[in-house]
Amino acid sequence: MKILRLLVLAAGLLSLWQSLVLLTGAPPYILPGPLPVAQALITHWPILIKHLGTTLTEILVGLLLGTVLGTSSAVAMIASPLLKRWMLPVLVISQAIPVFALAPVLVLWFGYGMASKIAMAVLIIFFPVTSSFYSGMQRTDPDLLELARIMGAKPLAVLRTIVIPSALPAFAAGVRVATAVAPIGAVVGEWVGSSAGLGFYMLHANARMQIDVMFAALTVLATVSLLLYFFVDRLLDRVIYWQPQQGTTL
Amino acid sequence: MVAELLLTAPAITFERVCLEFAGKPLFQDLSLQLEGGRCTCILGPSGCGKSTLLKLIAGSTALPFTGSLSLDTQAPGGQQVAWMGQNDLLLPWLSLLDNVLLGARLRHQVTEARRDKALAMITEAGLTGYEQALPKALSGGMRQRGALLRTLMEERQVLLMDEPFSALDALTRVRLQNLSARLTRGATVVLVTHDPLEALRLADRIIVLAGSPVQVAEIIDLDGVPPRDPGDPRVTGQYPGLLALLMNGETA
Repeated sequence: MKILRLLVLAAGLLSLWQSLVLLTGAPPYILPGPLPVAQALITHWPILIKHLGTTLTEILVGLLLGTVLGTSSAVAMIASPLLKRWMLPVLVISQAIPVFALAPVLVLWFGYGMASKIAMAVLIIFFPVTSSFYSGMQRTDPDLLELARIMGAKPLAVLRTIVIPSALPAFAAGVRVATAVAPIGAVVGEWVGSSAGLGFYMLHANARMQIDVMFAALTVLATVSLLLYFFVDRLLDRVIYWQPQQGTTL
Repeated sequence: MVAELLLTAPAITFERVCLEFAGKPLFQDLSLQLEGGRCTCILGPSGCGKSTLLKLIAGSTALPFTGSLSLDTQAPGGQQVAWMGQNDLLLPWLSLLDNVLLGARLRHQVTEARRDKALAMITEAGLTGYEQALPKALSGGMRQRGALLRTLMEERQVLLMDEPFSALDALTRVRLQNLSARLTRGATVVLVTHDPLEALRLADRIIVLAGSPVQVAEIIDLDGVPPRDPGDPRVTGQYPGLLALLMNGETA
């Protein structure tokens, strides 16, 4: 049923796209239809896959590093009030600076390779993961903490057994947001300066007026981003096995 | 079942305890003696400070009070009390067995012997087959039984129970009251409740609180071993008077 719904949705979107092309009469170098894009996808498949490898590596490594850094920072802030007082302003400042404006600086510091794009993805991911995990841990049921105190619990055991699991649903929400924005970080990094990746290939095609190729790259990027999101979503549902499945209806 | 461990269950003494809450005196020179090894039920109108009394015994640091509160215990240092509240507070990510062993987990004291004891208690509470079940798979009554077992696994001499059965349906409540009375015999139990029938069934002594600042309005000693049958003359005979006393306290 779910697959059928997806297929119907995809068919609907493609029809809408084709109708837009027909209704507006836009030339192919402004808005190519689904068919030329599909042709470009087939023709450029090997090179698109090669560039996808680069972009996907940047996204995955960025996601991993950003999540590890974010969770470590959140746990450190919960464990040490002193550290929290110092780190919270840094966290807010990190969001006050538009991360995209940092892209040229990151390319300057880390070079044209993957490192600058990974750094960009990490910067984007860090805040949603840290803030969601931290506020989740802060909202631990005080009655549970009081019960643990009465039981004579060790602080680390409270953190591991009560505080961190309590915060996992909030953490999962942060990771879902991070997964959705991670490709943006990688692609923006590639636009500013790179020699590989889907972002680079889109700029390359744009400069040569190969708009159908640009759309083909965009389609690959969107599809992979969606698949990554669904994979992470499923993974998080498994990690938080005690939560009721999503899909609440009003 | 825990009586042999609790022969020296301590008495609890409040002497001239004063405590302010939200700028108003909640307790003013409150003196009270809760007997060791017996079940004392505390009744009183909502907001009179029954739960606060339990929290003071539990050593809550958020409630600064003057006067003295002492546990006449012979137990070696460390924690002396166990807590059971209205909410079962089972951790949804742990199995029933792990929830029963929560205290030991949090103190890094899980041993094979403790696991065996927890499993035996689960069997005794009629929860066989649910050892590995998550709380979401258990009914309200089963969850509260799990919370009771977690409290008893602490092997503490003082058990503090804050309306532990109030959220249950009538039948489950009676069953759990019976189980609780049987398993906690010999411990110093302080049970806060709104239900006069529950108090009459489970208590060795009932303390009725009333007034502002709160004072002891009545002490009722009951004969026999709890749990008493709801039709027991000691229950039916005392019920109307106790209910009237509480209703007067509510409207005072």
